[in-house]
Amino acid sequence: MIWPGNAMASALILFAIAMPFLYAGRKVVHDLFRSIGHMIGGPLRLGARWLFATARDMKERNKAVLLAHGKEEVGQLIEREFERVGALVTRDLEGYPALQRKVLEEITRVEEDYKKCGEVPPPPPDWVEAVAAISKIKSEHSEMVKRILEEIKRSVESIHAKTLDEYRRAYESRHKILNGFMPFWRSLDKTLGQVDKKLTGLQDTSQKLDAQMEKYEQINKKTDKAEHALTVSAFTQFAISALVLLIAAGGAFVNFWLIARPMSEMVGGNVYVGPLRVSEVAALVIILVEAAMGLFLMEALRITHLFPRIANLSDQMRRRILWISLTLLVILAGIEAALALMRDMLIADDQALRQSLAAAPQQVGRADWLRDIPTGAQMILGFMLPFALAFVAIPLESFVHSARTVGGAALVMLVRVAGFVLRILGNFVRQMFKVLITLYDVTIVLPLLIERMVKSARGGADVELGRRAVKS
Amino acid sequence: MMKHLLLASLSLAWAAALSSCTDQRSHSQAVYMLVDTSGTYAQEVGKAQVIINYLLGTLQPGDSLAVARVKSRSFSEKDIIAKVTFDNRPSQANVQKRAFKEKIDAFVKTVGGSAYTDITGGLIQGSMFLNETGAGTKTILIFSDMQEELDKATIRDFPIKLKDIRIVALNVVKLKTDNIDPRRYMGRLEAWQKRVEAAGASEWRVINDIERLDAVLGRS
Repeated sequence: MIWPGNAMASALILFAIAMPFLYAGRKVVHDLFRSIGHMIGGPLRLGARWLFATARDMKERNKAVLLAHGKEEVGQLIEREFERVGALVTRDLEGYPALQRKVLEEITRVEEDYKKCGEVPPPPPDWVEAVAAISKIKSEHSEMVKRILEEIKRSVESIHAKTLDEYRRAYESRHKILNGFMPFWRSLDKTLGQVDKKLTGLQDTSQKLDAQMEKYEQINKKTDKAEHALTVSAFTQFAISALVLLIAAGGAFVNFWLIARPMSEMVGGNVYVGPLRVSEVAALVIILVEAAMGLFLMEALRITHLFPRIANLSDQMRRRILWISLTLLVILAGIEAALALMRDMLIADDQALRQSLAAAPQQVGRADWLRDIPTGAQMILGFMLPFALAFVAIPLESFVHSARTVGGAALVMLVRVAGFVLRILGNFVRQMFKVLITLYDVTIVLPLLIERMVKSARGGADVELGRRAVKS
Repeated sequence: MMKHLLLASLSLAWAAALSSCTDQRSHSQAVYMLVDTSGTYAQEVGKAQVIINYLLGTLQPGDSLAVARVKSRSFSEKDIIAKVTFDNRPSQANVQKRAFKEKIDAFVKTVGGSAYTDITGGLIQGSMFLNETGAGTKTILIFSDMQEELDKATIRDFPIKLKDIRIVALNVVKLKTDNIDPRRYMGRLEAWQKRVEAAGASEWRVINDIERLDAVLGRS
């Protein structure tokens, strides 16, 4: 210590001594700070730039994969719609000639009947006019005329009655014909309704097809709209399939506990693989094998397409795989049901032992059928759950496909965040070293002031010298 | 040919990995219970029976259990009333538990008091039994008042080995002299603690409330 007992004074003296040296080394220190700033900040910024470029590349790649996948999916959909339309056309239009013939026949029949209805009874004969003329003859005083007229009247009345009867009969027959129209009209109406329905169905399908085609075109053009729609769809699929898989995991968990305990009867209850009992591992393996069999079953049924090799197999081979996997699944389900029964027996044995150890009085037994309910339920569960697990393949496929998009998007986001952080760090380091340079100058402010004063004095003298030189 | 060789080597590797992974012993428990039958403490044997029943209900397939009596000289296999290593199959283990219980019930009916109390001999015998089982967790339960009394001919004042064994003293009742001067009781327990810890025991505990036994026998 320069000033014993006074640290502050000692430090000040040291600082005063060091100040000229600090001033002398100012440029070097400034350069050093700048270099360090560049040395640290440069790679950080470079890293940030690289990460941003990588994120861009990844986004492009993701887009390409997404569009390719979407194209394949929409293509399959269109293909299926076309198949549906084809089937519809084959099914419905195949019957159209017969339908048309039927409609034409019915129309012809209706027309004929209509014509028949149109036949009116013959008009009254010409003698009606003669009778009218005779009726105008005055018959007040002539007995003969009276008789003639009465005779004519009688004849006319009988003819009139006869004509009226004929007329009524004609109308009656026409009504019968008209009545006979009804079933034909109904049949015609029904046939035309069917035609309308089929055509509407065809129209709906073609509208769907149009929508899918538009989507396909959008994907083909690689538009942002198509990409956005596919991304949203992938996220939705991801969420839904994850939810279904979670539910399936719950089922698998129940299944696991159903068979883990009785498995210890087969493989031992005190043998471990790492922290897990072998019986638990065996139960887990059985469940996984069931899931795998379900996967193959779904593949063989062409419901899922996780294994192209299976999809490309011949129909005969595929049918063989289907039967093999189904048989194994049934066997495993049977084993599980048996294990569930054994579990119940083991629990009953344990309870009996505990009761004897506790020297507690035996519990009053429930009715046999009541005791059998849990046993039966466990056995049914043991048999059903493997088949339920088999359907996991469907959400699994969706999950796997959508996970590529979701994972890719998440990775891009992560890389961007990392790039952003690096850029911030790079800027921070550079700014920090600028602050350090300023702080260094603050510490040697005294020599700097002197330097400025000297420079300004020199500057004044130079100006004066310049003026004199100009005057002379 | 190469394919077959590859398959064979893969199978061997898998079998080796599995055998190295499977560990039957390290997860199993072994319990050796010493039941003091000396003097008036022999009356407490009913409580010991409850504890044994509890042990039978708690221990799992693959675990080992032995019950031995503490009498004037306890370093002998003859003092082991019943011992068993439970089968790996739970149903078979239950059959063994029932047989074990019958043996203990028969012992409880015929138990008689001994003149002296050789706890140290029982501990040595117990440690030998436990080490033979090779179990992962080894426990000696001492159902006694922990008052050792030896005849003149019996020699037990030498260091014993209880490495990695938990020692649990159960139902350590207070003697008349303890009631006069409780320091005797404390001193007795402290002396035992020092002795078993010096012998390399992993833990020393005193449990007078049987309800707390589950904390000791809980699987690690």
